[in-house]
Order: sequence, then C-alpha cells, then structure tokens
Amino acid sequence: MKKVAKRAAEKNKKASGKPYHQDLAHSVTLAYKSYLKGLQENQKLRLIDTFLAFLVCIGILQFIFCVLVGTFPFNGFLGGFISAVGQFVLTVSLRLQCLESNQSSFKGILPERAFGDYIFASIILHFVVIHFIN
Amino acid sequence: MLCTVDKEGYIRVDGRLLAAFKILLKTAIFVSISFAAVSSRLFSVIRFESIIHEFDPWFNYRATKYLVTHSFYKFLNWFDDKTWYPLGRVTGGTLYPGLMVTSSVLYHLLHKFGLPIDVRNICVLLAPAFSSVTALATYLLTLEISDTVKGLRFKKTAAFFSALFMAIVPGYISRSVAGSYDNEAIAITLLMLTFYFWIKAVRHGSVFYASLTALSYFYMVSAWGGYVFITNMIPLHVFILVLMGRFSYKLYTSYCTWYVLGTVMSMQIPFVGFLPIRSNDHMASLGIFGLLQLVLVANYLKRVLTAEKFHRLMIASGFLVFTLGIAAIVVATKVGLIAPWTGRFYSLWDTSYAKIHIPIIASVSEHQPTPWASFFFDMNFLVWLFPVGVFLCFQDLSNESVFIIIYSVLASYFAGVMIRLMLTLSPVVCICAGLCLGRICGIYMDFRDEISAKAQKSASRVFSLVSKLLVSASVIFYLYYYVQHCTWVTSNAYSSPSVVLASKLPDGSNTIIDDFREAYYWLRMNTAEDSKVMAWWDYGYQIGGMANRTTFVDNNTWNNTHIATVGKAMSVGERESEVIMRRLGVDYVLIIFGGLIGYSGDDLNKFLWMIRIAHGIWPDEVDETKFFTRDGNYRVDDLASQTMKDSLMYKMSYYRLSEAFGGSDPVDRVRRQRLSRPYAESIHLDVLDEVFTSENWIVRIYKLKDPDNFGRDLVSIGEENLAGKSRRALRKLTRTKPDTQLNLL
Repeated sequence: MKKVAKRAAEKNKKASGKPYHQDLAHSVTLAYKSYLKGLQENQKLRLIDTFLAFLVCIGILQFIFCVLVGTFPFNGFLGGFISAVGQFVLTVSLRLQCLESNQSSFKGILPERAFGDYIFASIILHFVVIHFIN
Repeated sequence: MLCTVDKEGYIRVDGRLLAAFKILLKTAIFVSISFAAVSSRLFSVIRFESIIHEFDPWFNYRATKYLVTHSFYKFLNWFDDKTWYPLGRVTGGTLYPGLMVTSSVLYHLLHKFGLPIDVRNICVLLAPAFSSVTALATYLLTLEISDTVKGLRFKKTAAFFSALFMAIVPGYISRSVAGSYDNEAIAITLLMLTFYFWIKAVRHGSVFYASLTALSYFYMVSAWGGYVFITNMIPLHVFILVLMGRFSYKLYTSYCTWYVLGTVMSMQIPFVGFLPIRSNDHMASLGIFGLLQLVLVANYLKRVLTAEKFHRLMIASGFLVFTLGIAAIVVATKVGLIAPWTGRFYSLWDTSYAKIHIPIIASVSEHQPTPWASFFFDMNFLVWLFPVGVFLCFQDLSNESVFIIIYSVLASYFAGVMIRLMLTLSPVVCICAGLCLGRICGIYMDFRDEISAKAQKSASRVFSLVSKLLVSASVIFYLYYYVQHCTWVTSNAYSSPSVVLASKLPDGSNTIIDDFREAYYWLRMNTAEDSKVMAWWDYGYQIGGMANRTTFVDNNTWNNTHIATVGKAMSVGERESEVIMRRLGVDYVLIIFGGLIGYSGDDLNKFLWMIRIAHGIWPDEVDETKFFTRDGNYRVDDLASQTMKDSLMYKMSYYRLSEAFGGSDPVDRVRRQRLSRPYAESIHLDVLDEVFTSENWIVRIYKLKDPDNFGRDLVSIGEENLAGKSRRALRKLTRTKPDTQLNLL
C-alpha cells in the first residue's frame, strides 16, 4: 500500500502545476507518517507489509524480465505474475480483516477465521498456478 | 411434555418439536419442488422415448461417449477428423468440457456404486436432475436477498416461492427437458450458484465465500460461453456500488479474491485460454480490479488527510488515472493486445447488425429478437410480478438488492434482443416474483390478528378478513393457473425431441414420424464407413452422432467459408455444383424436404440463408435476388425463377415428387404451391443418384455419381439421355416401327 500510495502521489506531482506542489507533497508525507505510526503499533502489520513489499518486488521483476526477454512461455509468465498479484490481493484482504479498526465492518470474521480463509484461497491460487505453468 | 394447553386455550408447543417440525416441512417442500421440477421435464421421455433431442445435444452426447471411453487427456487433445472434412476440428480445444465431464463423473460414480446406467440415460436425465439443484440454489439466493429486504415478514416464504417458480418456469424448462443435453442444462444451475456465493461474499466480506464464488465461476466457465455474463455482471455490481459511495473493505476483499482466482482458473479451460486478459469482453472486470486498488488507497488517504487536501489530491490523481486508462485501452486495441469486439457482441447491441454483416449468426432462429407474446408464454403471471419485485428492491436498495436490480435490467434487455437469452432472464424473474409474493403473503395471508380473541371492532375485523381472503384467493388462483400454464406449455411446446416428430392422423389418433432416425440408420448401415455426407450445417451433429459418418459442416460453425462453400454447392446449378462437390470429396448429399408431409423446418425454407451465406463469400456468383421471381416472390412452382429451378437444392427437393402424387399435380404442403405435373416430371438430376428417401420424404439422400468412364461431362450425358428418352417416347407414340435398337446410354 505504501508503494502504491507513493506512486500515485508521485504521478500527482507531475500532473498538477506548481501551486499544488508543496501542498500535495505535504499531504503525502502526512499520510506516510500516519502509516508508519500504524505500523509501529502493530507487529503483525509489519510482517504483512514486508511480505506485500516482497510480492510487489517479485511482480515488478517478472514484468521487467518479460519486457526485456519476451513473453515466450506466456502461460509461465502469466502464472508467475498472477500468483504475485493474487497473493498480494489476498494478503491485503487479510490485512484489512485483521485490523481491529475494521472489525465492525467484518462482522463474524475473526482474525483466526480470516487467516484460515487466506490459507484456503492461497492454496487454490497456487494449485491453479502450478497447473497453469505446467 | 412437548405440547401443552395453557389457560387461555392456546396450544403451546415445545421449541424443539417446532424446530424439528420446521425441518421436516422444509425437507418435504424441497422434495416436492424437486419432484415437480423433474417430473414436468419428463414429458418427452414418456411420450417418445429416452432420446437425445435436437442438434447440439447430439454433439455433446457424442463427446461424452468419447470421454467415457477414452481418458480425460485424450479427450482434451481430441482431434476429430469426422467433422469439417477435410479440415477436421480440434474438438478438445474448442468445446466447453464442463457438461461432458459432469456426466462422465456421474457415470463412473454410479458404476462404482453398482448402478450400471447407460451413458445415454445419464445424458438424457442430466438436465432434469440439475433443474432441482437450480431450484435449491435459487432458494438460497433469494433467501440471501430477502434477508436484507426490510418489511418482508416471511423471508423463507419468498425464497420458497422463487424456488417453486424456478422449478417449473417454462423459460427455463425450454432448455432443460429430459434429452435436451445442452450446456445450458447445467449452466443455469451454476449461474445461480455463483450469484449466491457472490452475494454471500459481498455480505460478509469473506474470502472463503469469494473463493467459492470463483470455484463455481470456474465450473460455469467450463460449461457455457455465457459465463461472460457473470464476468460483466459482478464488476458492474461493484462499480455501481462504488459510484453509490458504498465502497467498503468487504467489497474489496470479495471482488479482488474472486477476480484473481476466477481469472486464473478460467484460463485453464483450453477453449478460453488467454481470452480473459485479451478480449474486450473481459476488460471491464480487469478495469474494476484496478479501480478498486485505487479506491482502497484513496479510502486510506481520506481517513488520514483533511477533507480539503484529500479533495485536491483526488482531483489531480483522478484526472491522471482516467486519461491513462483510456489511453491504455486505445493503444492496446490498436496494437492488437486486446482482441477487437466480436460479432456476437455487436449483435447484442444492434439487433440488425447480424443480419447485415454475419448471416450465419442471424440464420439461427434462437438468435432472433423476442416477440412480446413469448414473455408471457415463458413466464405467465411472473411477468407482472417481476416489476413489483424490482420495485421492492428499489425501496430497499441494499447492496444485494442493487445486484438484483442490475441483473434484472441487463437480463431484460438481453432477453429482448435474443430469444435464447430468455433463459438468463427467467431466474431473476422468479426471484423478484418470489420477493413480491412473499410480501403479499406476509400481509394478506396472516390471519392471526383476525382470529385472535383480542379483537378490535367486529366491523373492521370482518372488513379486513374479507379483503385478506379475497387477495389470498386470487393469489392462490393465479398460482394454480401458473402451474396449469407451465404444464401445458411444457407438454405442448418444449417436449418435442425434434428428432422424432409427433403428428395427428385425420382420425385423431397419434402417429410418430421417425424419418430422421430411419435415414441416419440407413446411412449407418448402407454406406462405407469413411464416406462423406454433405448436408446443411444444422444436421452436422446429428449425422455425426446418429449415422457416424463424416460431415463437412456442423453446428459448431467455426469456419464461415466452409459453410459458404456448402451453401454455394447447394444453390448453384448442377454443372458448377459438381465441380465443388468433387473438390470437397462429397460422397453423399443429404437434404431435408418437408413438402410432402408439411414439415416446415426443411432445407428449402432455410435455403435463403444458404444463399445469403454463400453470397457473403462469392457476391458475384451467388445473387439472392435471382432466386426470387421478378415480382419478388419466393416461389417453387412452375413460376419459380430460372436460377431457382436450376439450383441443386431445388432439384434434389422436387426430384420424382410427381410420382408420390399418382396422376395429379404435386403440391408442396409447406409453401402451399402447386407444381404442374408435366413440369414436375421434367425435373431431373444428372450428377446425383437418388439412393434413399425416407417414409415421409423428410430426408432424401443422394449419391454423387462416379465420373464418366470416357471422361464426358455428366450433365451433357444426362441431357443427351433425356433427349433420347423423349425421342423414344415420340417413337412409341407414333408406332411407325418397333424399337429394336438397344440404347446403350
């Protein structure tokens, strides 16, 4: 999430004119700080976010590889890329479900259940991806 | 004690007994709904026999037999050289295997349990069996929705009503009678199941249910091309919720999980392949997936930042994302990364598109726009309960109701465009009607106030009692009438196998016309195993399935040019046609002719489509207007245009027809035109030999003559022969001298 937010912010800087420049930068740093604050309070979040960052790296790496070398085993590339994206999305879902502040919207889904669901979905995802890669 | 009578005279029942009784009742209701669903679909089996219907099911049946006798991998790599001669068809890669896999799994399972049921019977009875599952899925889906609808007192009643409607609604029965072994037979079940899981996932934000949605979506993808409907329905639902400001983390978790899992799973079906990331039909879901990521970030920023700053940031980034997105789509389409929109897609928006550009799509009767009457015919009184149900959803407007609203709007539109898509409309009609009736029952069938001792004034009591009784009685009447109507429609309109026809003799007794099977059986027994039969594409699957002979074109219609070639061979004169047939390697030509018995679905009525399709490829050689008379009529009698009279199809249809009428003028009972006897006798065929004509002349089979031994032209031989015949006839008439000369030709 950090990366995505940052990237979006960077784009904004380029898009908007100078008067906004400082204001936007300020907004972004503000958001970033509050994000860091949230991280420091929760050990679990740190773990999840490191994993997320790792997945983003893997995804980008694969993409660069595919641009440079070519897409030849297209199913292989797709499988790898989708597994990164899919795991990312699932982990974000887990992160959302685990946050205490979100408990009100996820009624009936305890963090333990969320983790179980996460594993269930991940198993399906990777099973299919392995089948896809062949 | 489970039951007691208290002081006021009420019977108090123990909670446990009540719960048990409830379960018992529910089970009983389900059993009877399933029974109704299955038994109303059995008309065709009882009236005719356990037989596969129509056209497409014959292919599915043949593929299932292949799957049962071969391994699954062989099935997926099946190259079928018996169709599309000489091209062949990569069948394993161009079919939706879900249906065949389902029945083969059932087949093996039943055999494991020691129930040796024939493949054919499994195929015939698969659709009725699945229809009862559909009823159950509809029940669950409606229950999910009615749970959120406020002011609905009897939630389960609504769900039961919709299950009952779904079980016997003719719009669904039309595609799921016993023997109608088609993809839709299981696809509607899966549609309902997928939607049920989706609603459940959105309601709870559960990754587990979203995974189940993806799994049943995968099953759906494997079973029917209509899965694109789900692929676009779910993103649309999410998009509208986001626009309504209803974004929540639940929406994010359920959608993203479904999208990622569903997409990667759908790519496992060979026929779908990389379509989910290439074709435009799937781009909406990808776009929403991206959008949700952005919305999530925005949501986070919104919480952290002040309103003003957030607003500015959003305007800037929103503009950027929008332009980038549009640019990406345009560039990708230009470069060719995304496949252009397909013809079937265009024909959904512009009803006359297909007629102009792709005659092959327009030529299928089930792709025609729906006439108004068929809405009532297929749904009866649900038609007017449907808007009420939608209105109830509008009143409520929970996330789930929004789904139903979107579904009903889309499905109504599509059902109006294509008669076949009535099938996707019927479930939502049943759900809405169920919601509506549930509401009515909640208000008017609840007599507790009237009966209870704590009464209001007696006058108002009587008044409300009467009104309630009146409404209840009319509802019950309509329900009764609905059942009557459904049964009548099913038995009269949807239970004909179309392979076997039923008709009434003049004395009122029933008779069965079995010409198709007679002819296919003849082909199977009397022709060489590798002989190639040319017929119009409608009959390709049947010839493959019943006669087990090689065909040139079939209902798969993947190669328009090949079909046009066959169309051309049928519509040009004998001399030209012979060249085409020799090049194709035709041995036999099979046509359907209903003129003698009055069977209107014959080849001469489809002839215009053959001409149009051939015209699309060879505009100079085949001209539709030339087949009409000068004043623009489609005539087949003496006044028919010369091009018509010369065409192979015409000649094959009327060849020797005069003999069936004894001395009188032959009449075409389909087109209601009378051919004069001398003219009918003059219709002759030079390049083909008639080898078989079925009992009622519905199927006629011709054999292409071998090339002449002396290398002469078959048509000119025929003409010479004819001239000789007339000379002989003249001689016979004049009787100047006896004819002793042997005429070798």
